[in-house]
Amino acid sequence: MSSKSAAAGTPVQKVSLLRILGPAHVWALGVGIVLVGEYTGWNFAADKGGTLAALIICWVIGLLYTSVAMIDSEVTSTVAAAGGQYAQAKHIVGPLMAFNVALYLVFAYTMLEVSNAILIGDTIKAYAGDGFSDWHYKGIIATVIVVLAALNYRGVLMTLNVNFVITAIAYVAIIVLFFSVQPWSQGTILKLNEMVTPENALPYGWIGVIAAFHWGIWYYLGIEGTTQAAEEVRSPARSLPYGTMAGMITLLIGASLTWYVCASLMPWQYLGFTYYPLLDAGKLTGSAMLENLMFIATILAALASANGCINDAARAWFSLGRDRYLPTWFAAVHPKFRTPYRSIVFLVPIALAFAFIANLGQAITFSILSGVLHYTFMSVNIIMFRNKWPLGTIRRGYTHPFHPLPAIVLLALCVVTYFAIFLGYGAQLTAMVVFYVIMSLWFHFYRYRYVKRGDQFTMPWPKPQGY
Amino acid sequence: MWIMIANIGWIVSAALILWMLYDWFRTDTTYSEETLTSSREGEIEAVQEQHRV
Repeated sequence: MSSKSAAAGTPVQKVSLLRILGPAHVWALGVGIVLVGEYTGWNFAADKGGTLAALIICWVIGLLYTSVAMIDSEVTSTVAAAGGQYAQAKHIVGPLMAFNVALYLVFAYTMLEVSNAILIGDTIKAYAGDGFSDWHYKGIIATVIVVLAALNYRGVLMTLNVNFVITAIAYVAIIVLFFSVQPWSQGTILKLNEMVTPENALPYGWIGVIAAFHWGIWYYLGIEGTTQAAEEVRSPARSLPYGTMAGMITLLIGASLTWYVCASLMPWQYLGFTYYPLLDAGKLTGSAMLENLMFIATILAALASANGCINDAARAWFSLGRDRYLPTWFAAVHPKFRTPYRSIVFLVPIALAFAFIANLGQAITFSILSGVLHYTFMSVNIIMFRNKWPLGTIRRGYTHPFHPLPAIVLLALCVVTYFAIFLGYGAQLTAMVVFYVIMSLWFHFYRYRYVKRGDQFTMPWPKPQGY
Repeated sequence: MWIMIANIGWIVSAALILWMLYDWFRTDTTYSEETLTSSREGEIEAVQEQHRV
């Protein structure tokens, strides 16, 4: 590695991110970010539309995310660069779209990290009892954010090894809970037919199902984060589709099991209100072992999610710096740890500030909104990608089936989700869109002059059709 | 127990922030800015193709 004292004229030694990850790490990154959604968040859909609505959107939003995973796998297996969808947007749509997508990514992941830290603080506060003051609550939040940031700073391999272990424990906990309540024997512990009746299954009718889309996103929000690891996996064309698809299958099973257990133990009024559906399910079984297991698993799931979010937000921010969309100062890679260390540290105080002032509902909503804007882009992106570079013109690691059906399904479900968010959080939706418009104007009229226009397009592709 | 963990958490957080800032300072003063910001999108592919085992 060259040092500062290197003689003038000596070629600069390159420092890049370390290509060291495999499919299991991709799985750990994607499922790790998302699994917390089974432990909290999805159940607010029951408040909007009843318990049956929560199941309907579990599968309908599952369809949305399956489309996301398929589309993402195809494009990322071709555009294997840190920044994931940002790099995709840059090559396929253009710089302004790419800048916006990177902002969506940074906001979605940072707000999700904040939500996880708040969730861990709230969970521990609920168990800590008297004497646990605001100082202690904030101490837990700060510890989560700073310790995980330091782990990310230290290296991506250790970060995602940790994520793999804690995500696996949190997922196995759901399986253990499911089999402990004897799902084959309704009436022993589970009472689905008493909790969900024809009268209360959809208390607000189909408009309630539409409104439930808002929180249904939480079942799977973040699985697309696997693509941020594109520059650090050994074989992106193989690992990314494999890890992402395996992650989606894992989550679809986990979400269905979670709904079944929780819906069979709690009435919809409570299910839609509690912050801890799986922890409460553990309590309702009457087993102290299951309650403790779900308590630990709730915290581990939130830790895994926050850990993955720090990884992804930092890489999106780093990519913006590398292309001069932000100051190049952010594009520094640590010569020893091979991580985007300045981006990681820069985002720590921002996460801490939001975690100390925002509440869980606001943080989750900002994350969901940024996510849905991002998915809308993906539906347009894949259609442009296939039109500009049809099959056979460039090498793809994976080709998703039934094109353009997944893109159309994704776009349609995004539109429904916007409507659902508008019903509950119209002001936030409007404020967020205004924010992105202002940032776009800033980028277009000010920042883009600093971008080296030829340097930002790095994929060795042929000219797109029609150009 | 949680109160003790929270108090220790503040100390650990402060120590880790100081470590990251120290390591950041040391890295920035040891290596040139050109080296630290030398990563380029897509270059890894080219490096891998040239690699000989």
